[in-house]
Amino acid sequence: MIPEIGQFALIIALCLTFCLGCFAFLGAHKDNPEYMALVSPLTHAQFIFVVVAFFCLAYSFLVDDFSVLYVANNSHSELPTLFKFSAVWGAHEGSLLLWILILTIWMVLVANFSKALPRPFISRVLGVLGVLNFGFLLFTLMTSNPFERIYPAPFNGSDLNPLLQDIGLAIHPPILYMGYVGFAVAYAFAVAVMLSGKLDQRWARWTRPWTTAAWLFLTIGIALGSWWAYYELGWGGWWFWDPVENASFMPWLIGTALIHSLAVTEKRGLFKSWTLLLAISAFSLSLLGTFLVRSGILISVHAFATDPARGIFILMLLCIVIGGALVLYALRAPSIDESVGFNALSRETFLLLNNVLLVIAATLILLGTLFPLVLEVFNGSKISIGPPWFELAMIVPMIPLILLISLGMNTFWVEQSTHDLRRKLQIPFVLSILLGLIIPFYFYGKVTLLLAVGSISAIWIMLSSILPLIKKCQSSSGRKSLNRSIFGMTLAHFGLGCFVFGVTIVSAFNIESDQRLSPGESIFVAGYQYQLRDLKNIKGPNYEAVEAEIDIYKDGNFLTQLRPQKRTYRVQKSPMTEAGIVAGWNRDLFVALGEDLGDGSWSIRIQYKPMIRWIWFGCFIMAMGGLIAITDKRYRRTKSLT
Amino acid sequence: MTKFIPIIIFTIMLPIFFVGLSRNKSELPSPLIGKTIPSFSLPSLLDPSITIDQKSINGKFVLFNVWATWCVGCREEHKFLMDLSQRKEITIIGLNWRDNRADALNWLVNLGNPYEISIEDKMGRTAIDWGVYGAPETFLINSNGIIIHKHLGPLSEEDWNGDFKPLIMAKQR
Repeated sequence: MIPEIGQFALIIALCLTFCLGCFAFLGAHKDNPEYMALVSPLTHAQFIFVVVAFFCLAYSFLVDDFSVLYVANNSHSELPTLFKFSAVWGAHEGSLLLWILILTIWMVLVANFSKALPRPFISRVLGVLGVLNFGFLLFTLMTSNPFERIYPAPFNGSDLNPLLQDIGLAIHPPILYMGYVGFAVAYAFAVAVMLSGKLDQRWARWTRPWTTAAWLFLTIGIALGSWWAYYELGWGGWWFWDPVENASFMPWLIGTALIHSLAVTEKRGLFKSWTLLLAISAFSLSLLGTFLVRSGILISVHAFATDPARGIFILMLLCIVIGGALVLYALRAPSIDESVGFNALSRETFLLLNNVLLVIAATLILLGTLFPLVLEVFNGSKISIGPPWFELAMIVPMIPLILLISLGMNTFWVEQSTHDLRRKLQIPFVLSILLGLIIPFYFYGKVTLLLAVGSISAIWIMLSSILPLIKKCQSSSGRKSLNRSIFGMTLAHFGLGCFVFGVTIVSAFNIESDQRLSPGESIFVAGYQYQLRDLKNIKGPNYEAVEAEIDIYKDGNFLTQLRPQKRTYRVQKSPMTEAGIVAGWNRDLFVALGEDLGDGSWSIRIQYKPMIRWIWFGCFIMAMGGLIAITDKRYRRTKSLT
Repeated sequence: MTKFIPIIIFTIMLPIFFVGLSRNKSELPSPLIGKTIPSFSLPSLLDPSITIDQKSINGKFVLFNVWATWCVGCREEHKFLMDLSQRKEITIIGLNWRDNRADALNWLVNLGNPYEISIEDKMGRTAIDWGVYGAPETFLINSNGIIIHKHLGPLSEEDWNGDFKPLIMAKQR
């Protein structure tokens, strides 16, 4: 009964989104206040029905209703309760439902926080989002119904993919989707403004907090995914240039560009068309992310095997959503918007360069992700572009970008005197060169060219990002003009500096060692002594495992004991590596069990990872910067400014 | 005019996705190579009252083909499978994966049935045991019931002559 209620709720939600689209566009077009008054209640109503559907599915998982096909395929009675809940989005059908739920959450937020905005405009925004939701609901009901029954019901389920039985992956998709889907709001704002045709600086101010909110969720989502891959895949890497990872990284890059270009549009009224195009692109790439994952066009470690019928449907949806917006852009985007000029040395110039470089980076990744596909289409051969391409494609645009960040943050709008800029940045520049060379040499005993470039630019960003804050605090008028936008900006760029520093150090001084150990033996890696004490067979709720007890000593003193496991899940029979990790602010020690080599010994992979925590810590700081920026006062003015 | 560039680029990219959808193959090593086939017990596609298990595969070289009617690549390889079955070079067993029975039977009647045995895996559980990534996928199983080769994507005459035949010859000698 409950699954049927869920399915019925989805159908009602589908009808409601249809009505929402009709009333929103008709109301805005004819300026009919009665139609437009229906928009907000309809938004809330469709949200409620989607929530009902979502909890019906969750309920079916929690009570082990294996007569529901999706539950039978992705759960098992022995699965721990937490994972029964997270299994809701463990495969295609449920993650689509999660996608829809999150879209409706954003819609309700937009409806509630945009009461001060002009009625027709906000109706159009919610209309666009409603139509989008209609498309995805239709997709779910027609090709991927999570409530489909199976008769006779199997006695037990085929269990959740063991890779997904982890707390990191339980929370990763909802947060990542908050980011992906959040860009739909920026997209809807762009489409709405192109429909109404009145693009002014206020529009940029309305759009900014939503874009930053989506961006901060995406930042955390990507960081969580990377952290999960680090400890769960058992290889000790933190980024694999996997198509699924690229699919989340591309909208992040474009979203970052959008945030900066919106700043120019808001403050100076420039780059209007460009901003619109970025808003469309960010969401298009998010959709492409969904599309790449779901259709099986590109196979990766994360891929769920699904059928092409879904791919074709998604492709049609992409066609309408992206193609439609781009046609609208071609016809309605403001053609001559640059009536105000700016000097070559000004913040505008640096933000323009920032945008160009970010877009280049995203394009190179897109090419690298799609190239195998393109090549296959043209000559049928299968080729894979590995990390070397992506690493090069990142380093080339990123090094100038990182150097320019400091300049952009410390220049004025419109015009900046060279002399002033030089005076301001002299000390931090010299300081960062010194520190960037001394720190790696003193702590790790080696400096190479790429390492020097990385560590110097990391320190350069960190120092120069706090510079505007210090300058403001020196004068009393400056202190008064301090606001959360500036704090947010400072913090986000400082976080980027931490991230770059972590990446630089860990890629230069990471030590990996594959060892053969029998119980009782010990080995030295990077100054730490690892002793294999014992191997045990243990039983988990739905798996069996071999667990090693490894004592770690530093300079003869006992540090800690790690217990890495090699698990075999009972139902799906797949082996999983659970690494043992000692985390620290300045280094991680990482131990993973390899293979049983017979004769009682095991191959064990030991890794020393300096500064790796800074990567995720930096991302977290960046996201916090975004959070502070969206709480800025000027976004919360309730009075309509007309 | 510059405003039309984005839509033009998008229009160029679109066909690539469409073609990309119909071709889906990749070289992925299977951990199952060299291992005994996973056990299963599934209904026959042609007559659901008959149950088929791994024992019916034992004793000879077998081509184990995973297919579905929704899969474009399966349609592509179907003609070759028909040729192969008419040449009687090897026994072909079909695993109909996550499919609709009526559609699958329709397919076999209209396009021809290359399979000596057809198994229905409606839930996709057996396919998970076999580590199936997507359809079509083909396994070569030797007379001891051990998987010796796995092919992803549509099977062609070249694949058969290049990858499969030498393995069979080597083992029979």
